[in-house]
Amino acid sequence: MNRDTVKREVFVEDKKTKEVAEGLAGAGPRFLVSSSPHVREGVEIRDIMRLVIIALLPATLFSIYLFGVRALLTIAISVGSAVLFEAVWQKAVRKPVMIGNLSAALTGLLLALNLPSASPWWMICIGSLFAIVIAKQLYGGIGYNIFNPALVGRVVLLIAFPVQMTAKWLTPSAWGMNAVTTATPLGRVREALLTNGRIDVHLTRQEVLDLLIGNRAGSLGEVSVILLLIGGVFLIAKKIITWHIPVSFIASVWVLAGVFHLVNPARYADPSFHVITGGLFLGAFFMATDYVTSPIRPVGKLIFGVGCGAITVVIRLFGAYPEGVSFAILLMNAVTPLIDRYTRAAVFGARKVKATAA
Amino acid sequence: MAGGKFFGGIHPKYHKELASAQSIEQMPLPERLIVHFAQNLGAAPKPVVKKGDAVRKGQVIAEPQGFVSVPLHAPTSGSVQAIDLFPHPVGADMPAAVIVPDGKDEWAPGLNAPRNADGFDAEKIKGIIRDAGLVGMGGAAFPTHVKLSPPKEKPIDLLIVNGAECEPYLASDHRLMIERPAEILEGASLFARALGVQQVIVAIEKNKPEAIEAIRSAIVERRGYSLRALDVVYPQGAERQLIFALTGRRVPAGGLPMDVGVLVQNVGTAFAAYEAVHFGRPLIERVVCVTGRGIARPKNIVAKIGTTFNDAIAFCGGQRGESGKVISGGPMMGVAQYSLEAPITKGTSGIVLLTREEVAQFVSDPCIRCGRCVRVCPMLLNPSALSIFVERLRFDDAEAYHVIDCIECGCCAYVCPSRRPMVHHFRRAKAEIRSKAAKAS
Repeated sequence: MNRDTVKREVFVEDKKTKEVAEGLAGAGPRFLVSSSPHVREGVEIRDIMRLVIIALLPATLFSIYLFGVRALLTIAISVGSAVLFEAVWQKAVRKPVMIGNLSAALTGLLLALNLPSASPWWMICIGSLFAIVIAKQLYGGIGYNIFNPALVGRVVLLIAFPVQMTAKWLTPSAWGMNAVTTATPLGRVREALLTNGRIDVHLTRQEVLDLLIGNRAGSLGEVSVILLLIGGVFLIAKKIITWHIPVSFIASVWVLAGVFHLVNPARYADPSFHVITGGLFLGAFFMATDYVTSPIRPVGKLIFGVGCGAITVVIRLFGAYPEGVSFAILLMNAVTPLIDRYTRAAVFGARKVKATAA
Repeated sequence: MAGGKFFGGIHPKYHKELASAQSIEQMPLPERLIVHFAQNLGAAPKPVVKKGDAVRKGQVIAEPQGFVSVPLHAPTSGSVQAIDLFPHPVGADMPAAVIVPDGKDEWAPGLNAPRNADGFDAEKIKGIIRDAGLVGMGGAAFPTHVKLSPPKEKPIDLLIVNGAECEPYLASDHRLMIERPAEILEGASLFARALGVQQVIVAIEKNKPEAIEAIRSAIVERRGYSLRALDVVYPQGAERQLIFALTGRRVPAGGLPMDVGVLVQNVGTAFAAYEAVHFGRPLIERVVCVTGRGIARPKNIVAKIGTTFNDAIAFCGGQRGESGKVISGGPMMGVAQYSLEAPITKGTSGIVLLTREEVAQFVSDPCIRCGRCVRVCPMLLNPSALSIFVERLRFDDAEAYHVIDCIECGCCAYVCPSRRPMVHHFRRAKAEIRSKAAKAS
């Protein structure tokens, strides 16, 4: 559609209307006139973004504790460059600079949490450039992007720099001391399957505990299942997100991986292993629930979550990559408008509404 | 009878305490009254007085035009100074009669006399109500006698007297229920007789315990009457939501309450019916809640129809500080005024003055699809999608997504973090769709 036909009504008193009003001084009192309602709750976009950032803080701080200064640097570079790219772009195309709504900062933080702790600074910048400029601003900025910006940034890096993105994992150790390069749990399973034709996953209690707490290799923010869960529950309690996407996403991963495990336990790992490894919790609570790129109604959210879960399992078990959460969410982002169209509620007082192609 | 909570809704800050403890006070006659001819939905009555005419209180000054129309009466005795265009609270200049009171407040002959209404049949009651110029006083101003005349194939079995008063700030219905509960119930019984209905429910939100108590004590001797205390959630007083909450019946989309056998009348209208039938007093004054933090002394006043907002505000101590917005009605659905010369009409339930800080300013920031509007829409619409359609001038799509069923309650705009002017968008879409339909036919 032609953007020129997009008409925007602006209701704030801008400078011009103020001047006009002052020019009419003496014509009696003047009042603001606009359509109802005349009061607002007062929740702004930045309030929502701030709460999501707060919800990510436990996992973020823990990643700094685990991976040390490098993690802190990665986060700082990612957030800083994301905010900078957004500001520079908006200045360049003469749009209002909207970094104050914290959306770019959140994208930068999410990107950082999706990166290995040993990421070089230039790679982080390329990731946030793609996230902010290509995936978000070129589509029209906040509200108009089709794909989750942070995930676009991550996947671009994954494809362009596979070595840095998949082979340079560090084992956590307090403050990043004595870290050695290793593979992620999902990577180890993949490795074993390729070399031996069978997996070797026998989770001991200690291993499960390590996975839950985050004592393992992985992206910065994905390692601690418990802290991510705390953040996610906080967001649900604050009514920033609903339970539909995370629960259906995680549950469908467990069920589907469970079916394969029952069929052939030698090739397919225990479903609980799939649930607590990789980026599932980070993805399910913080990436798949992105407002702009996920369905708006509960039924649509459930379909979206199940789709994410199914694609994740298929990629993990049969794909070329050990992890599939990012790809799964991006693929479901693409069908979100379709899901929304076919999950419309019947208006109050109507029996049923036929989905009409809009 | 099954009922429950309607879908969605919001919990705004109510600020009812500003006016809810203020007893209803009679406002003295102002120096002039601006009486608009267009005060009811449907056809405006036709003026039958001209400049210079002397009028008596209650005298008909405009005759109804057709069935969906009611007569208009002089609010006091005096002379017609002018008939000209004046600001109307709905937001345009419209024809009105300026009446200068002579101070005697002298009734026209035959009015204002108590009478025994026991023998009045349905037609007689409806006739009196029509001749008294009654309209729905909750704000819609639909002629009451039309509502009381449903077609034969739509029998009514339940009358709901709406005392929900879910709009923030407003307390006029609240005070009326506290001070005149017996009269309201008597007015309701007249509606019930006119309809042949046995069952009457008075519905009040739980944040008005005194009103609930007053109606409860007055209701005991009336068989078939019951009182229901409702949860405090906006828009509890909207007809469809109210009916669902009380009975579980769903008014069909595009239909009317009579399609599910229900009629809803506001408590103020019930009181006006009592006055008209028992005393022969036409609708020439009403209770108006003048409130808001921009008012020096918030009050509930009985004001003559035609009293300007200026005069009403002056009677309430004037403005406090610089007002940001003057609203006819409540802050969720009321109309912002551009002039204080606009007068009180039959549909004016309140005058609310908001301070600059309180006033919501809407900008069309992009929708981030957070879904907050979807969660609060009591009609189960998708305001997010609708507003995007309207922004792109895709009115056909807005129609396919049922914008026409929007009740304009404002919940979506209230919660929108992008401060989008949702209701404004939807009114525009409705206007476009209606004008297209009018052209097509």
